[in-house]
Amino acid sequence: MSIWNRHKIFETNSLVLIVGILLVVAIGGLVEITPLFYLKSTIEVVDGVRPYTPLELTGRNIYVREGCYLCHSQMIRPLRDEVERYGHYSLAAESMYDHPFQWGSKRTGPDLARVGGKYSDDWHVTHLKNPRSIVPQSVMPGYSFLARTEVDASRLPDHLRTSRIVGVPYTDDEIANAVADLKTQTDPDSADVAAFTKRYPKAVVRNFDGQPGNPTELDALIAYLQMLGTLVDFKLYNEKANLR
Amino acid sequence: MNQALNSKRITLGEGGLTVVFALTALLCVYAAINALDSAFAFHTALGAAVSFWAVFAIITRYRGRSALPPQEIDGRPNYNFGPVKFCSFMAMFWGIAGFTVGLLIASQLAFPALNFDLQWTSFGRLRPLHTSAVVFAFGGNVLLATSFYVVQKTSRARLAGDLAPWVVAIGYNFFILIAGTGYLLGVTQSKEYAEPEWYSDLLLTVVWVTYLLVFLATLMKRKEPHIFVANWFYLAFIITIAVLHLGNNPAVPVSFLGSKSYIAWGGVQDAMFQWWYGHNAVGFFLTAGFLAIMYYFIPKRAERPIYSYRLSIIHFWALIFLYIWAGPHHLHYTALPDWTQTLGMTFSIMLWMPSWGGMINGLMTLSGAWDKLRTDPVLRMMVVSVAFYGMSTFEGPMMSIKVVNSLSHYTDWTIGHVHSGALGWVGFVSFGALYCLVPWVWNRKQLYSLRLVNWHFWIATLGIVLYISAMWVSGILQGLMWRAYTSLGFLEYSFIETVEAMHPFYIIRAAGGGLFLIGSLIMAYNLWMTVRVGETSEAQPRVALQAAE
Amino acid sequence: MADIDIDKHTGTATTGHEWDGIKELNTPLPRWWILTFYACIIWAVGYWFVYPSWPLAQSYLPGLMGYSSRANVAVELSKLEAIRGDKMVALATAPLADIEKDPALLALARAKGKVVFGDNCAACHGSGATGAKGFPNLNDDDWLWGGTLDQIMQTIQFGARSGNDKGHEGQMLAFGQSGTLTKDQIVTVANYVRSLSGLSTRQGVDLAAGKTIFTENCTVCHGDNAKGNQELGAPNLTDKIWLYGSDEATIIETVTNGRAGVMPAWTDRLDLATIKAMAVYVHSLGGGK
Ligand code: HEC
Ligand code: HEC
Ligand code: HEC
Ligand code: HEM
Ligand code: HEM
Ligand SMILES: [Ca+2]
Ligand SMILES: [Ca+2]
Ligand SMILES: [Cu+2]
Repeated sequence: MSIWNRHKIFETNSLVLIVGILLVVAIGGLVEITPLFYLKSTIEVVDGVRPYTPLELTGRNIYVREGCYLCHSQMIRPLRDEVERYGHYSLAAESMYDHPFQWGSKRTGPDLARVGGKYSDDWHVTHLKNPRSIVPQSVMPGYSFLARTEVDASRLPDHLRTSRIVGVPYTDDEIANAVADLKTQTDPDSADVAAFTKRYPKAVVRNFDGQPGNPTELDALIAYLQMLGTLVDFKLYNEKANLR
Repeated sequence: MNQALNSKRITLGEGGLTVVFALTALLCVYAAINALDSAFAFHTALGAAVSFWAVFAIITRYRGRSALPPQEIDGRPNYNFGPVKFCSFMAMFWGIAGFTVGLLIASQLAFPALNFDLQWTSFGRLRPLHTSAVVFAFGGNVLLATSFYVVQKTSRARLAGDLAPWVVAIGYNFFILIAGTGYLLGVTQSKEYAEPEWYSDLLLTVVWVTYLLVFLATLMKRKEPHIFVANWFYLAFIITIAVLHLGNNPAVPVSFLGSKSYIAWGGVQDAMFQWWYGHNAVGFFLTAGFLAIMYYFIPKRAERPIYSYRLSIIHFWALIFLYIWAGPHHLHYTALPDWTQTLGMTFSIMLWMPSWGGMINGLMTLSGAWDKLRTDPVLRMMVVSVAFYGMSTFEGPMMSIKVVNSLSHYTDWTIGHVHSGALGWVGFVSFGALYCLVPWVWNRKQLYSLRLVNWHFWIATLGIVLYISAMWVSGILQGLMWRAYTSLGFLEYSFIETVEAMHPFYIIRAAGGGLFLIGSLIMAYNLWMTVRVGETSEAQPRVALQAAE
Repeated sequence: MADIDIDKHTGTATTGHEWDGIKELNTPLPRWWILTFYACIIWAVGYWFVYPSWPLAQSYLPGLMGYSSRANVAVELSKLEAIRGDKMVALATAPLADIEKDPALLALARAKGKVVFGDNCAACHGSGATGAKGFPNLNDDDWLWGGTLDQIMQTIQFGARSGNDKGHEGQMLAFGQSGTLTKDQIVTVANYVRSLSGLSTRQGVDLAAGKTIFTENCTVCHGDNAKGNQELGAPNLTDKIWLYGSDEATIIETVTNGRAGVMPAWTDRLDLATIKAMAVYVHSLGGGK
């Protein structure tokens, strides 16, 4: 009985018990999480990853809002079948500006980490409006309302500014031009395209939803889908330096 | 001494809360008028309505009451069962709602036309509604109801606070309402099991701290020298959930007048925070909390002592220490560094025996009372739940092994694992506890009908078996199809072929879910009749079902 | 506490405490339980030595095996290459025309083609490559850009209107939008186009006028006898095979707003051997020339 008697201190004193619990549950998290902020190897050194354009960011917020991550992962694991099916395994660097991350935990639909450029805008328009019209076996919901909803751009600068607070390196210039950049990205004839692509290298400028008029939520979502996985040039990526 | 206190005076709580709610109401009105998006306007308007109602309710109660309820009557504790009753009722309500939505999303995966092409009813918005409704609304209310009951009975003290327990009970359910309607309107942070936006997160923080204080204060006024083992688990659950909630949810709102925020953490760190949280939401909400239920209700119902005090101690500390480390098993083979994954995997394996310690203590408590399983379906339900607990805490460590996880991750296997824990363990132990609790707190001799409990048990068990076996088969099939190679060394199946292959299993799963739902409807009827009319005349007393007071 | 309370049924002592009628037995820890627990701990500690584990100030314990899941997948992939053997290399180097002649290479190309098609092309061209509205059927012998192996290879590599410099360009003009043709003229020419493949035409439409409109506006691309022009991707309008559809409304829509279906370029996404396999696969579907 003797050694078991020592437990009495916890059983007879609720404050001791609570402090004990707190200490015991604190350790694991501290040891596992803190190093991810300081260990250099956590995030690979790569070129090309940039903050989202205002249109892409808007699209990403729609992706979050609609819960696409509940069916689609954005995390290709270093397993041979995944690399063969979806492309190069995902790097930590590729989601470093993601607040929140969208790696997902279930693949009811295919991984989307490298879906950018895989299909045409038209295909996405048709597919998002009615997936079964083009993929009869699909179980994905239709999102026809996106094409009918214009993007509310008025708060965009605040979105960029807030992102900057949490660590996404948007410049003053980018914040100031946010609203204009949103429009420019859906208008290839705009005079501002050059300035825009200078701010956001590799950004694609197209009328994504094929409709005339102001950018819609469909424009934004497709712009986001079409840039996924396109930023890192894997021909230049140093595989060996980033094993960990 | 009590006499003086009990004479009619407005208490600090009453006065303070009236002021707080009045201010909150005004703040909400201002926010509703100036809101930047309609969801935020709707939620703050709800907030205003509830705050005004609270002010009104506190004042009417004050005017209607003569004195504060005494702590003791005739030397016996004057237990406060109001919040227990309220939470029991809400648990049943949300349970049925959550199972129904579960059935709907299960059917959507089998028949996608059921998404109705509307934004509010699409799978992506309903799935978080389902998970939150079952885990936090159903499970949460069961935890509130039982913890408020157990801590009073095992401390022989009235629940601390006068209005505070009601703030917790109603505030928590209001949080659920805000969170749930938010999902339908597209308000989400997309962090699994922590989807509510910044303002709901703030509300929950306030409610949860109050909960902790009420629970702790009740423990502190206990008349028993020792703290009962169930209360260790409740306490660990409450305090750790608070820590997890604060760690996972820091966010910067785009505007204090709008619903959208950006999470402070990004990318790989966000992923780690999320699954540190997510895994321990399982570990402390769905495990520690429900183990507490087990530790009170099984010995009580079986009228047997708890099997081993020493096991309680060791498995309690080992469980809470080890659980925290296991989060990375949700991120195997991702861009999270390998070293973190190793820790997640090894700690999950070490977690196996501490988990089974709980199972052993639950099951072996029945030694000397096994025969009661034949006659008492309520006890049978709880014992089967412990068996399911044992099964999912064996499966969990197995799925944490990296090679196994490389197959199971992203597939329906995870969903099968989740629901063997969720339906079998969380569901059944909750049902058992509610079947005990309702007659006790409503002062009925017995349940309305034990035969209906028996029906519930078998229908729901069949439902679970259908659900999880369908998901195991489909999950493993899916995993194997994804990685299948032909003899020439090429992938054998395209993704869409795997989607097609899931179809029959999705139908079976929906059927299983339907049975589980039917069971819970039977239960609701049974409990309703228990409260209304008490036991049926045909019911003979089988076991002593009334709480010894 | 002093006098020990023994549970009658098990013969084990209780701890002497009681809460709301619940007591606890003082049963020792089950042996098998504690031993298994120790075994798990020992296994975990061993594992930490072998695999990357504990974080340090600058880096982490790398483990004795030097394991890395990223290095591992590279090994796995090279093992795959070994299974596929030299044939994949042969596929990459062999002239396209020779692949179909070599049964082993052909089988390889078709095996590779099947699943790559399913994961990449079927979304547009359908599971059986039978096409959909706006996405051509690849089984028939009607080709927009040409059905020889080389032409198919070219299309897959660089696409059509894909943004790739080497991709096919040229599109169906928007005669209605640009105002080149009036609504009535469009109805007339649409009916004329229907008549080309023997479809019924609307009562009272002047097909002769339609012919004139066609000759003046359309033959540049679709050819003098409307048999199409693969240089421009302009479809044959006489063969009863339709990309967008043959009903009057669809044709009016086509002529009014134009068309420019996009076939993506795959050269950056799939390696050369795979693209060759795809070309052979598509060619062998039945319609190849
Ligand atoms: C109920 C599950 C579900 C939800 C929710 C869902 N999807 Fe899908 N998605 C699927 C399935 C299944 C497929 C595969 C069949 C197909 O192509 O439609 C798919 C395919 C896709 C594809 C094609 C991927 C490829 O490589 O072939 C894209 C892009 C896509 N979805 C985007 C989205 C977006 C964006 C959302 C949210 C607005 C979304 N999905 C929501 C199930 C879902
Ligand atoms: C985004 C949709 C899309 C995807 C994905 C796609 N295609 Fe296409 N493909 C098209 C469209 C649209 C056309 C017709 C272009 C046109 O209208 O001129 C086409 C044309 C073709 C043609 C020429 C047909 C002809 O009649 O000349 C071939 C061959 C072809 N695709 C093969 C493939 C293969 C092989 C793949 C996969 C590696 C693939 N396609 C993926 C949309 C797609
Ligand atoms: C500048 C070249 C050009 C001219 C001029 C042109 N077409 Fe076309 N047409 C095309 C191309 C290219 C396509 C295929 C578009 C695609 O693949 O997306 C096409 C497609 C079509 C189709 C759709 C065929 C199908 O299978 O669905 C019809 C009908 C058609 N053209 C009719 C006409 C008529 C009528 C005119 C004159 C009024 C005309 N075209 C003038 C290039 C042209
Ligand atoms: C009628 C009974 C139920 C049905 C039909 C049902 C159905 C479903 C479905 C279809 C999903 C989504 C799976 C997917 O994305 O593929 C799901 C997810 C989930 N359900 Fe249920 N469910 C039921 C009851 C419960 C209960 C009682 C709980 C918890 C107490 C629960 C907890 C969860 C959780 C946590 C998830 C998310 C799993 C994950 O993300 O991996 N469910 N459920
Ligand atoms: C020792 C105990 C357990 C361990 C080690 C464990 C381990 C795991 C593992 C490895 C996964 C899969 C992660 C992935 O591949 O995505 C998982 C998922 C899950 N488990 Fe457990 N499990 C345990 C017990 C339980 C219990 C008792 C429940 C109770 C309901 C539960 C609920 C869940 C849920 C909800 C998920 C899904 C998370 C998500 O992806 O959304 N687990 N668990
Ligand atoms: Ca999940
Ligand atoms: Ca949250
Ligand atoms: Cu977990």
